[in-house]
Amino acid sequence: MNRLDDLESQSVFIFREAYARLKNIALLWSLGKDSNVMIWLARKAFFGRMPFPVMHVDTGKKFPEMYAFRERYSREWALNLLVEQCPPLDAVDPTLPPAARSAARKTEGLKLALAKHGFDGLIAGIRRDEEPTRAKERVFSLRGTEGGWDVRDQPPEFWNHFNASPPRGAHVRVHPILHWTEADIWSYTRREGIPIIPLYLAQNGKRYRSLGDADITSPVASNATTIDQIVEELDVTRVAERSGRAMDHESEDAFERLRVSGYL
Amino acid sequence: MNIALPDARRKNSTSARSLVRIVIVGHVDHGKSTLIGRLLHETGSLPDGKLDSLKAISARRGVSFEWSFLLDALQTERDQGITIDTSQIRFRTSSRDIVLIDAPGHTEFLRNMITGASQADAAILIVDANEGIREQTRRHGYLLHLLGIRQLAVVINKMDRVDFSPARFQEIRGEIEALGLKPAAVIPISARNGDGVARRTAPIAWHDGPTVLEALDGFVPATSLDELPLRLPVQAVYRMEYRVIAGRIESGQLSVGDDIVVMPGNKVARVKSIEAWPAPQGLPPVRSAGAGQSIGITLDRELFVDRGDLIASQSIPPGTGRTLRARIFWLHPTSLGIGTRVIVRSGTAETVGVVRAVNNAVDPANLNIVAHDVLAPNHVADVEIALARPLAADPHTDNPATGRIVIELSDRIAGGGLVLGLNPTEREPAGAHADLAAEAAYLAEIYRPLSPAERLARLRRDLGGRVVFTTSFGLEDQAITHLLCEQNIDVELITLDTGRLFNETYSLWAETERRYGRRIRALYPSRRNLEALIAEQGINGFFESKSARLACCHVRKIEPLERALSGAHAWITGLRAEQSAFRKDLALVTAERDRGLIKINPLFDQTRKQILELVSKHAVPVNTLHSKGFASIGCAPCTRAISSGEPERAGRWWWEEQGSQECGLHTRRR
Repeated sequence: MNRLDDLESQSVFIFREAYARLKNIALLWSLGKDSNVMIWLARKAFFGRMPFPVMHVDTGKKFPEMYAFRERYSREWALNLLVEQCPPLDAVDPTLPPAARSAARKTEGLKLALAKHGFDGLIAGIRRDEEPTRAKERVFSLRGTEGGWDVRDQPPEFWNHFNASPPRGAHVRVHPILHWTEADIWSYTRREGIPIIPLYLAQNGKRYRSLGDADITSPVASNATTIDQIVEELDVTRVAERSGRAMDHESEDAFERLRVSGYL
Repeated sequence: MNIALPDARRKNSTSARSLVRIVIVGHVDHGKSTLIGRLLHETGSLPDGKLDSLKAISARRGVSFEWSFLLDALQTERDQGITIDTSQIRFRTSSRDIVLIDAPGHTEFLRNMITGASQADAAILIVDANEGIREQTRRHGYLLHLLGIRQLAVVINKMDRVDFSPARFQEIRGEIEALGLKPAAVIPISARNGDGVARRTAPIAWHDGPTVLEALDGFVPATSLDELPLRLPVQAVYRMEYRVIAGRIESGQLSVGDDIVVMPGNKVARVKSIEAWPAPQGLPPVRSAGAGQSIGITLDRELFVDRGDLIASQSIPPGTGRTLRARIFWLHPTSLGIGTRVIVRSGTAETVGVVRAVNNAVDPANLNIVAHDVLAPNHVADVEIALARPLAADPHTDNPATGRIVIELSDRIAGGGLVLGLNPTEREPAGAHADLAAEAAYLAEIYRPLSPAERLARLRRDLGGRVVFTTSFGLEDQAITHLLCEQNIDVELITLDTGRLFNETYSLWAETERRYGRRIRALYPSRRNLEALIAEQGINGFFESKSARLACCHVRKIEPLERALSGAHAWITGLRAEQSAFRKDLALVTAERDRGLIKINPLFDQTRKQILELVSKHAVPVNTLHSKGFASIGCAPCTRAISSGEPERAGRWWWEEQGSQECGLHTRRR
């Protein structure tokens, strides 16, 4: 099998395990390249159907292109779309640095959505290569009843057997593309013809490598105007993918604090 | 984290390069994370600004520069200077893409070391030149073997602390070999300074082996299991316009038209199609798939297949059984003892099990056998587990993928290991069924108000161990076969082929297997006994006397039956009280003390009319001889048609005294 087939096969396996072993799950759709690949993989796993809802936890501050994409493809892909709003900034831990605090609205929105729908599993499109605390994740990651991540006490996970029995009121984060890289995502998007938000392509020498809230996300210098060029660019770049995401860089522990309290 | 390597700026596409996963293991503080940082630095793999940020983090903590902060990203890891959880980082060499897996060296986090190492194709074991071999060196070395990692290199780190002494290097090398490890290379390095990592520096000029980078380039991805027999654990069955069986091929290959068997139920079928979404455009449909592929298939007949079943090659099926023997490592904070109730997972199957034996518990830190009957955290032992449901698996020496299991305790993965074997019968502890009669009475009370279908349906909730149904393809037996197969009840179907059956019975046998997609196990007379019988009484000697007839019945039916029932917990038969005067006192459930089993007659209270209605309603195949006046059908020479008004069994051994026509199979004392 070639590399992309191998990645796809493992992700399909994970989707089917999540659907078989958890009772009430949803896929977190951030509208970005990674979660679009996830939806594609889920449709592969279930032969074109999407047997569980897709949830956008909306900060209300996304780029207009992202909202347009959401409206178009939730219809075209026949998704059962749930849109859940995030609480205002003053509901969020004031000790976090400004951008991290802003991002943490999504954590709070997620907690409210969990309580509302009673999900025991959330499928999230994080990858190990994005960021060092994500590199320490499990494929099935148990969360506490408050959505928190106890990094000191992760159960073992091996040989494609997963911990899928969260205590009552808690949930499991399922990470079907944890083992993919940014370059894998683009190569696969190209091969499968998966639609993307045009913000990923360069305009006037800049493009977005990672999409978040419009006010705390900035583009990077790039001349890649096609997916082919993105794949070539990633082959030689020395710039980290999330360099344009302000909340990662405010303090040494900002991103870990976000994640421990339930951020993706 | 993903890091691109400008030195390896090359056009060949990522997907064409091989990807190798390598875990770095060893004792705490022997330098795993430092080696990883150094490897990335030496190969120019760090993103811009990373080195400066690590320097700043080190300075803020008042420590000299720490490479380990690259992967030890958690605050508690940095504060305490230890790796708690496993991490992964990618880089490239000139020939391949590498995923480096960092594994914690602290005993307390062995579960995280296993999590990381289980994903690796190869391993590097790191040893501090100063400290030499320590407990985690031995423990990790031992566990690599259990995890099935066969490619290994050893690096002797911190050589600068021992003045790059070749003598010290040789000494440790000897100790490594004494552990039974067979590394492809042993490499002297100083990860902190870079000697031996990417370059053969002056202080280690005496070393004639590879550098670490060269050793990494010598590792290859784990080999595909395409060449082994087909094993496809069923993840789910999706109901679409038709039923699609979904799963990933763990080993072997599968093509449309292949004959497969669904284990442990022994149901046979043929692969009708391989499903894919989206349908390949302008290409022919997919006709075959190999190990590692997640697929969906349809079968040529309606079988009840469910998650947990193992689809396998018909010619080389896996073993099945209710007693699992395995060599396991234990990662749970509480010890595993005899009588502990666990969940055993193998492929997609899961079943409750009870630990029956723990032998040769070893602490891999010192390799001494420390205990029997109990398995402490982080130790390894051979265990025997009695399973509530039969499991299909392979010994790990036959198949590394289906030869391993995971054990769950209190809803968490707690251990895992290698399948040593499966035994068909559960070895009951002495006295477990001391009071068979009480068990029989209890079951009879529960089952009496139920219909035959309901009685069979709840059998498996009430009875552990092997349950055997013996069929001779009579009307009642066919009704039971139908109820068992339609409800997918886990019972062994066995028939006793005496060698003298009617042709019509053999046809029905084949038709029944086709209808229910399930093989019926046949037991035959012992060749030696049969040859002796024929030598003594001749080919049709059973007509001469009742004792000669009973001798024949014994050789052709009773002895094979005893084999069929050996070790079984329960035996299901199609007997009805109405069948004859002899059977009029028949009970629903009885204890057969001399056979040590429970005998269940789920149709005991049914009339022939009720049975006829059931088989006709479901179009259950029946013996064509019934329509020619045969009621109860046994061996051809000893069965004849009866006229209306005669008792049902009047056609059996008709030349003997009426009313006692039994072969002995059902006439033991209770």
